[in-house]
Amino acid sequence: MTTFAPAARGTLAARVGTPSVRRVRRHARTRTATVCVGLVVALAVASGVALSLGDYPLPLAELLATLTGQGTTASNFIVLGLRLPRVLTGILVGACFGLSGTTFQCLLRNPLASPDIIGISYGASAGGVLAILLLGWSGLLVSGAALGGALLAATLIYAVAYRGGLSGYRFVLVGVGVSALMVAVVNYLMTRAEVFEAQAALVWLTGSLNGASAGQLRTLALACLVLVPLLLLAGRTLLVLQLGDDVAASVGLRVEAARLAVIALAVVLAAVATAAAGPVGFVAFVAGPVAKRLTGGSGPSLVPAALVGALVVVVSDVAGQHLLPFQLPVGVVTAAVGAPYLLYLLIRSNRAGVGG
Amino acid sequence: MALTAERSAPTRRTPSPAGRAPARRTTPVLLLAGLALLLLVLASLAIGARSIGFDTVLDALTAYDPTSADQLVVVTSRLPRTVLGLLVGAALGLAGCVMQGVTRNPLADPGVLGVNGGAALAIVLGISVFGVSSVSGYVWFAFLGAAGASVLVYSVAALGREGATPVKLALAGAAVTAFFGAFTTALLLSDQSTFDQFRFWQVGSLNGRDLGVAARVLPFLLVGGVLALVLGRSLNSLAMGDDVARGLGARVGLVRLGSALAVVLLSGAATAAVGPVGFVGLTIPHVARTLVGNDYRRILPASMLLAPVLLLAADVVGRVVARPGEVQVAIVTAVLGAPVFVALVRRHRLAGL
Repeated sequence: MTTFAPAARGTLAARVGTPSVRRVRRHARTRTATVCVGLVVALAVASGVALSLGDYPLPLAELLATLTGQGTTASNFIVLGLRLPRVLTGILVGACFGLSGTTFQCLLRNPLASPDIIGISYGASAGGVLAILLLGWSGLLVSGAALGGALLAATLIYAVAYRGGLSGYRFVLVGVGVSALMVAVVNYLMTRAEVFEAQAALVWLTGSLNGASAGQLRTLALACLVLVPLLLLAGRTLLVLQLGDDVAASVGLRVEAARLAVIALAVVLAAVATAAAGPVGFVAFVAGPVAKRLTGGSGPSLVPAALVGALVVVVSDVAGQHLLPFQLPVGVVTAAVGAPYLLYLLIRSNRAGVGG
Repeated sequence: MALTAERSAPTRRTPSPAGRAPARRTTPVLLLAGLALLLLVLASLAIGARSIGFDTVLDALTAYDPTSADQLVVVTSRLPRTVLGLLVGAALGLAGCVMQGVTRNPLADPGVLGVNGGAALAIVLGISVFGVSSVSGYVWFAFLGAAGASVLVYSVAALGREGATPVKLALAGAAVTAFFGAFTTALLLSDQSTFDQFRFWQVGSLNGRDLGVAARVLPFLLVGGVLALVLGRSLNSLAMGDDVARGLGARVGLVRLGSALAVVLLSGAATAAVGPVGFVGLTIPHVARTLVGNDYRRILPASMLLAPVLLLAADVVGRVVARPGEVQVAIVTAVLGAPVFVALVRRHRLAGL
């Protein structure tokens, strides 16, 4: 995928750097590591809470016993059969959206360029709503239709935007056009349907973990197992692409091939996640900026972004299920949880005079 | 692909033969757009579920006779929606231009300032809590919601030393929009009858509004429109980056505040009048940019004329395609506009922002 020599980070740069430069780099790496550990701990706590809360609350000791294989029949069924698939689906979906979103934002160098805006999520939405409202499908078939819609939209955008090379600017604008078309399809279908059918479609459109099952989780996990390491490997390529086409080409990157590969990975990640839980809003958008402000780095912080995405989804699902007297789908809560935090980070960085 | 605000290279204002070519095209483009607009106004008055001849249309406008059914349709139904189409189209085109100029982001549309998110939440609250059920009742709720949301977005982004930078504006706007959207969706999911009303408002439409709606939003549109047109020069300076703009003597903070005010007035009033119409504000400025070049003093008037062309054409087509029913203007706008927009984006070497 890339012929770029591994000089961007680490060995060479560290050797030529002055002691003070080295100190700064070490500091940045330590901070990223600390942030990651903190996020993992927070994710573990949130998952623990998600597993123990519910109509049948489990104390921590019993939860740990169940997870290590010494539970009763009832707790086995509730934790391993019902709650664990839901939590794991939430973690994976969040991580996928986080990774995909931050990849697009870095690649296209635009904080607004998450898969929601450039048409991929709306492709999935149109596919899903078409399946629900026109064909009367449900469950896995809707997931399939969403996956198809997302891939179709992405292929369409790429095919139309490609003209002897793919300019990021053109990709984004074509995406905007396609996305407007898909939104129009969704809105049209919503006004033509019966109101209860439209409301069912609305639940799916906001994204929900209610349909999470062990079978679906297995497919999702398998896809993640292949896609996530590939995208993490591409992280360094992304770092170079972020410098702009000319610089990237001058340091030996095959820009076109690298960009196609990274876009394809990010699209498939977003599509797989959407197929599993519906287009859960805002996660893809918020994960990158939050991760960037936590680590303070300038490059694409892929692992922190994935963790932030997972954390947002799991916390939102717990809040949506237990905070109010009635249950809300996770996609409603993600924005309510994520947005104030991003605003807080924006305000705080303003005070420090950093901004941006 | 200079997509980021910070890195866009400010080279485009150097006068070169290539740069002057679009400028020469400005007058023909404006004339053609004006002509198209005139024809569309006539078409919009004449075409619909009931076809009415041009002579009857002229009669209705000059010597109105309320006993004639045809003239009644023209004056009470088609005239308001044509006027609204003109006003709202011009407003959305201008607002989109100003928004993209001030955030220096090609993906910015008036909605980025939180206008649509705030209006939607206010409408849903209006329907479910205060029992509002008429289009004219929606107007004030929508306008208040839009204004409130944009004040919130702007103040969050403007805190701190360097003020409302483009990136902070975009992030804060998207975050606030999503935050409001969460509450809107939560309310809609728990209240079916509100959802049943809201889903029709959500698809922007020119239908069912009377001239009173237009009269109510007109003052806001006029003030906002004048403000936007005056800003052209300052937006040109901003396009070169904050530091250069300051060096050239532009008062960056003031320009941003004025732009935000213009966008709120224009798009808030437009959304209040017809509901959210997303595609116009986002894409028309790009079309104008490919036609007349990069000078905001030319882009702004071009957008102001081109946007109502799209909106009125979409409205007329929407009346014809699903006879005897109608397809809402926001839907037709996207379906008609998207292929044209994509073709333009493909054909032309794009001007960076």
